[in-house]
Amino acid sequence: MLLELARWQFAFTTVFHFIFVPLTIGLSGLVALMQTRWVRSGDDQYRRMTRFWGKLLLINFAIGIATGLVQEFQFGMAWSAYSRYVGDVFGAPLAMEGLAAFFLESTFLGIWIFGWDHLPKKLHLASIWLVFVGTNLSAYFILAANAWMQHPVGYRIDPETGNAALTSIWAVLSSGNAVFAYLHTIPAAVLTAAGLMAGISIWHLGRRAGHETAFFRRSLSWGLKGMLVASLLTIVVGHFFGQYMTEKQPMKMAAAEALYTTEKSAPLSLMTIAPLEKKPDRPSFELKIPGLTSFLATNSFNGTVEGIDDLQAQDVRRFAPYERAQGRDPAEAEYYPIVGVTYWTFRLMMGLGFWMLGVAVVGLLLMRRAPGRIERLATRTWFRRLALGTLAAGFLGHAAGWMFTEVGRQPWVVTGLLKTQDAVSKIGVSTIAISLGVFIVLYVAIGAIEFRLFTTLARKGPEGGDRPPAASGNGDAPTPERDELDDHDHDEDHEHPHVPLLVY
Amino acid sequence: MDLPTVWFLLIAAFWAGYLVLEGFDFGVGMLLFVLAKTPGERDQMVRTFGPVWDGNEVWLIVAGASMFAAFPNWYASMFSALYLPLLILLVALILRVLAIEYRRKHEDDIVWTTRWDRVLVGCSVLAPAMVAAALADVVRGIPLDANSDFTGTLLDLLSPYALLGVVAILSLFVLHGATFLGVRTEGALRQRSRRLALRAWPVATVLVGAFGLWSLFGQGGGASVVGAVGVAVAVAGLLAGGAALLRGHESAAFAGTVVTILGAAVLLFAQLWPNVLPSTDDPAGTLSVASAASSPYTLKVMTWVAVVMAPIVFLYQGWSYWIFRHRVAADGFSTAASPLDALQRRRAAEDA
Ligand code: HDD
Ligand code: HEM
Ligand code: HEM
Repeated sequence: MLLELARWQFAFTTVFHFIFVPLTIGLSGLVALMQTRWVRSGDDQYRRMTRFWGKLLLINFAIGIATGLVQEFQFGMAWSAYSRYVGDVFGAPLAMEGLAAFFLESTFLGIWIFGWDHLPKKLHLASIWLVFVGTNLSAYFILAANAWMQHPVGYRIDPETGNAALTSIWAVLSSGNAVFAYLHTIPAAVLTAAGLMAGISIWHLGRRAGHETAFFRRSLSWGLKGMLVASLLTIVVGHFFGQYMTEKQPMKMAAAEALYTTEKSAPLSLMTIAPLEKKPDRPSFELKIPGLTSFLATNSFNGTVEGIDDLQAQDVRRFAPYERAQGRDPAEAEYYPIVGVTYWTFRLMMGLGFWMLGVAVVGLLLMRRAPGRIERLATRTWFRRLALGTLAAGFLGHAAGWMFTEVGRQPWVVTGLLKTQDAVSKIGVSTIAISLGVFIVLYVAIGAIEFRLFTTLARKGPEGGDRPPAASGNGDAPTPERDELDDHDHDEDHEHPHVPLLVY
Repeated sequence: MDLPTVWFLLIAAFWAGYLVLEGFDFGVGMLLFVLAKTPGERDQMVRTFGPVWDGNEVWLIVAGASMFAAFPNWYASMFSALYLPLLILLVALILRVLAIEYRRKHEDDIVWTTRWDRVLVGCSVLAPAMVAAALADVVRGIPLDANSDFTGTLLDLLSPYALLGVVAILSLFVLHGATFLGVRTEGALRQRSRRLALRAWPVATVLVGAFGLWSLFGQGGGASVVGAVGVAVAVAGLLAGGAALLRGHESAAFAGTVVTILGAAVLLFAQLWPNVLPSTDDPAGTLSVASAASSPYTLKVMTWVAVVMAPIVFLYQGWSYWIFRHRVAADGFSTAASPLDALQRRRAAEDA
């Protein structure tokens, strides 16, 4: 019970943290690019883009900070056995993250928010770039820490304490898993942010013809281009990541494919009618692409992919001493994750990646070949719904990817070294039940607040529409038509030049 | 000096930095409705720490992560033992982030802003209270078994010593926040914060003095020389700060409260040394600097990282304080619809 609650708490709080973090990473990069364009060209449209998308970035950032604190504390609070066991190795990247990344991010974010109109333009621009660098550094360190749990390297087991001890920080920071995870996560984060830009832009384009068209056309084009580049990168890196994973964590790949027996030329199962179980029975109906799993995993259509049953048999032999040391019967141990979850989350992640690539290609073709077409389509409700659906795809992709990665590692918390069930703190069940309850209530509440604020500001559109926008010139209505505005727009602020950006 | 000692000192320094820096954020937060007469003045107050509070909070994150990396056993035992106080701390810090970041996001909605400001006050009291209780519990020791797992209950964490620590810290942070406002604001608020600091000063002096003496003679490994120095520094800071307050030297008064907090941190960690977490139950469970430390290699790596990164962090964080060194004016031109409006609002604020 304690274990289940602790796992639910970790899963819930971490997935929640990571809903906001990808957007922060991706959007801070895109906003930095917009501001760079503005500083270079002086084009006022870019200034307004920086401010509008920057405001959304800040709303989002706040939740990332708030929920990140929990992440830092809960290893010790709920997983103290884990913390003792891995602290020597795992604590180092975490501490580096604080010293090298969080200070940078938070300090320069403050400077960026309050330095608008006070700092020289270039210095102000540099501060948002430093925020972006900070988010990347923090992502790298935390991913390296996580990569070590997926595939431990650069350590030895201390004979005295029985705990892991670091032998090479370089091995930990440069492990293939860390590098792939970083190269896969960052484009996926940009993909999420670009999808958000595209979705919101389309929604605005169709809302009131002629309102801020130039602004959102440009934003849309940024969003679609970002999606194209980022989804391609994500998919290509994901492919190689998958191969690396098959080599280091063969059980995860077998579980991802629900492949029970070792096969040569293993097919890729597109979908099956199989229940979401720990170990579902043979599916009754399955759609397969011959040889594709082998190709994904080994780059050859004839490659061999090991199956769950064989891997399980190997592991039972290999980890018998571990089980005995914990006072358990080796014969009863199971070394595969919940197959149903890995199978579906893997497909969801990949499917969303290809979907977003498709949307980017079609969208860009439409913008190129048929000017005005997207605006006309955007007046249709189904199209705007589709755009908003695509907006959600990035977030879902991240959640699915992490669920796949973390559930796929089970029953281990550190692959081959420490099982999740042996990692949990010795605390009362009621304690963790209380905290899980508190976190659920709190997170749902702050999630709802952030969602409302985010959508309100996103709907409101860019500020300063009542000043003559530079360089738009295609019939943009300079003044918002107050009477026909819907709900939130009447508080469009009378902006004036002394307002520091996004004041408190 | 061996590396575990270095890291004990570094962790003490990170905690001290956290208490000094976030101490005034908390203090200002607690005083929000006490000192501000208008919503505009509340904005003014929050803006004094607006650009820097997040960087200040990172000191806590780094302190925690350093404990994890350098003394995994300390981190594991302390954080799991203090589960509920830390949970409250987390909730308070989370809501505080939102209060600071979101309070002005519905530009003209005064109800929205006031609600968040109330949240901010509550969190600014709760969070430092939990930090103080946690630190006091660590210095005093908690019941641990031979594996250093917590065997006590919540009541063991609410000792009179810890409670005195809580009120001492709260009063000290009120004073600290008030002296901070004295150097960071202008106009009516500046006068009011000075008056409040004068009133908070005797309370803080008594409470901090009592807590200091109890820590020195009643807790940890008995009175230590460094601990005595810590008490002396804290008291000297308070006396000098009080004198400066009377004479109207705002910067000196603020420097005084900074020194007091630093002295208190020295005292607490000196009383803890050479342990990091004493057990009041099974003595075998006591964690010491030597027994809880990470491997020499890890500590060496971490030391390099700290030696390279910490000065850089000091530089740019200090620079960010320098950029925003100007006093924050009473509801200035920054939120008004027009300069005329700003003048009117300022006059209204001054009349009040
Ligand atoms: C928008 C998000 C997104 C999208 C579209 C994709 N991924 Fe992904 N994927 C992630 C977001 C993500 C992630 C959340 O960022 C993960 C979780 C852990 C990690 O490092 O990245 C991840 C992990 C992850 C792993 C797990 C590695 C491990 O467990 O060690 C593999 C094999 C892939 N991805 C492969 C792919 C492939 C072949 C994709 C092709 C379409 C793909 N991903 C699209
Ligand atoms: C941000 C993206 C992440 C998400 C969405 C995520 C999600 C999850 C989930 C769903 C589990 C539960 C698996 C299960 O119990 O079946 C889990 C376990 C765990 N993850 Fe992650 N994780 C993320 C990143 C990390 C990182 C970066 C670390 C370490 C630095 C980490 C450390 C752990 C630990 C210690 C567990 C064991 C506890 C458990 O099994 O519940 N996770 N994670
Ligand atoms: C499970 C382990 C994790 C821990 C312990 C953790 C810790 C934290 C902490 C303490 C913060 C707040 C920083 C501040 O106050 O400025 C934070 C924010 C952040 N985290 Fe996490 N995090 C985890 C997972 C992740 C992952 C997997 C990533 C990236 C791939 C990530 C990236 C970030 C970023 C970019 C921020 C700052 C931006 C924002 O606040 O939205 N974190 N994290």
